[in-house]
Amino acid sequence: MSKQTPLYQAHLDSGAKMGPFAGYDMPLYYGEGVMAEHEWVREHAGIFDVSHMGQVILSGENAMAFLERITPSSFGKLPDGRAKYTVMTNDKGGIVDDLIVTRMASDQFFAVINAGCKDKDIAWMREHLPSGVDMQVLDDRALVALQGDSAESVMRDLFGMDLSEIPYMWLIEASLHDGTDVYVSRLGYTGEDGFEISVPADKARALWDKLLSHDKVKPIGLAARDSLRLEMGYCLYGHDIDDTTSPVEAGLGWVMGKENTGFIGAGHVLGHKEDGVDRQRVGIRLTEKGVAREGVDILDAQSMEKIGTLTSGGFSPSLKGGVGQGYVQTDKAESGTKVFVNVRGRNIAAEVADMPFIPARTKSMKKKAA
Amino acid sequence: MSDMKYTKDHEWIKIEDGNVAVIGITEFAQDALGDLVFVELPEMGASVSKGDDFAVVESVKTAAEVYTPVTGEVVAINDNLEGDAELIKKSIDEGWIAKIKMTDESEIADLMDKAAYDKFLAEQDH
Repeated sequence: MSKQTPLYQAHLDSGAKMGPFAGYDMPLYYGEGVMAEHEWVREHAGIFDVSHMGQVILSGENAMAFLERITPSSFGKLPDGRAKYTVMTNDKGGIVDDLIVTRMASDQFFAVINAGCKDKDIAWMREHLPSGVDMQVLDDRALVALQGDSAESVMRDLFGMDLSEIPYMWLIEASLHDGTDVYVSRLGYTGEDGFEISVPADKARALWDKLLSHDKVKPIGLAARDSLRLEMGYCLYGHDIDDTTSPVEAGLGWVMGKENTGFIGAGHVLGHKEDGVDRQRVGIRLTEKGVAREGVDILDAQSMEKIGTLTSGGFSPSLKGGVGQGYVQTDKAESGTKVFVNVRGRNIAAEVADMPFIPARTKSMKKKAA
Repeated sequence: MSDMKYTKDHEWIKIEDGNVAVIGITEFAQDALGDLVFVELPEMGASVSKGDDFAVVESVKTAAEVYTPVTGEVVAINDNLEGDAELIKKSIDEGWIAKIKMTDESEIADLMDKAAYDKFLAEQDH
């Protein structure tokens, strides 16, 4: 029996095609289809139900030390209110999950983890939880993402909220028009400007309906969420990163804090950084017509030998062509390297490409000078 | 049209000149796939056997194989689909995928007519 988010009925009311994802019955797309939804987010704004993701509060005097043990990041210099993308590593240096951690205070952190990893992550954190840290799983909260160029004006129009001074990757605590207390974080998974709103589960429907009442807002399903993130080269856990991929191989070395050398798996990960790795995650852009999806072999265009495998792939509505990402031998990872992707026995010309495939339109991370 | 036939895999077949099967995918399949972005056509002159996947229709969401319900030789392919996969949805005349010259015309007898296909679709709803 699949689980349902607090917005399940809202999806049915909007005519969603539902399907299973990470143990939940989730909206895959609504009436107008994936392409229209994708383009609507790139042009206006869309809302996504991401309530299946896990929300966790870590607090206590040792909370920061704990986070610097389970992730390779540093949180000491992070200002209160600032969010950070990071990964949890295992003792082999693989990735347990990728997550967003927001520093609410020096002894309080808010983490959002992947739906498919929720149980595993919570067990992992509990197993490593030292004394002096309290872990609170926020099962009673929903999460709604509002993404697109119109997001800021939508929040102003509907809730009288002026978010113009909130930079990318910052969180504020705010109240909706009806007094509901929410966390509003300026971030997302689409490459557009936008917000994720953490809301008590029993207020989620009211928030969803209010957002939908705006003429710039449409509901967007998981299928377009995937094509939007793919154009940005963002990782999807379980596909582009997993228990066996090192953050360095995944091109996520930038999440590591210089001062942090004591995290789980540090011996492996710091070695990868120091000595280099045999394979790297790269973008792949098809230069011929076609679509290449997860699992497809990547071949060197000269030798025709296999140099890697696609871990995600699909059609980019913005580029009107096939894009993907995968791991290739490090000596073939340079942007512009000519490759083939072998789709059902047919070789389609492609090349290693920089990600994101199209420019991100997120805001600056810096607060404006007063 | 009385000469239209259908398969359980949601292909439509129109018989021309007695022994040429024109093949496309039904509205049901089109709706299930959503936005079509690419069609992989068979080679001209290729020999195909009943049940072979001889073409692939790619949508934003997924890739779907198209199966031939008849054995024979590919005598025409719809090149226009290479420029615009969405043509598949337009009409039978614009959206056909390939034409196969049949070597065993008795295979047509296994296919559903419109009434049988409609009944099949209605049963899928339950």
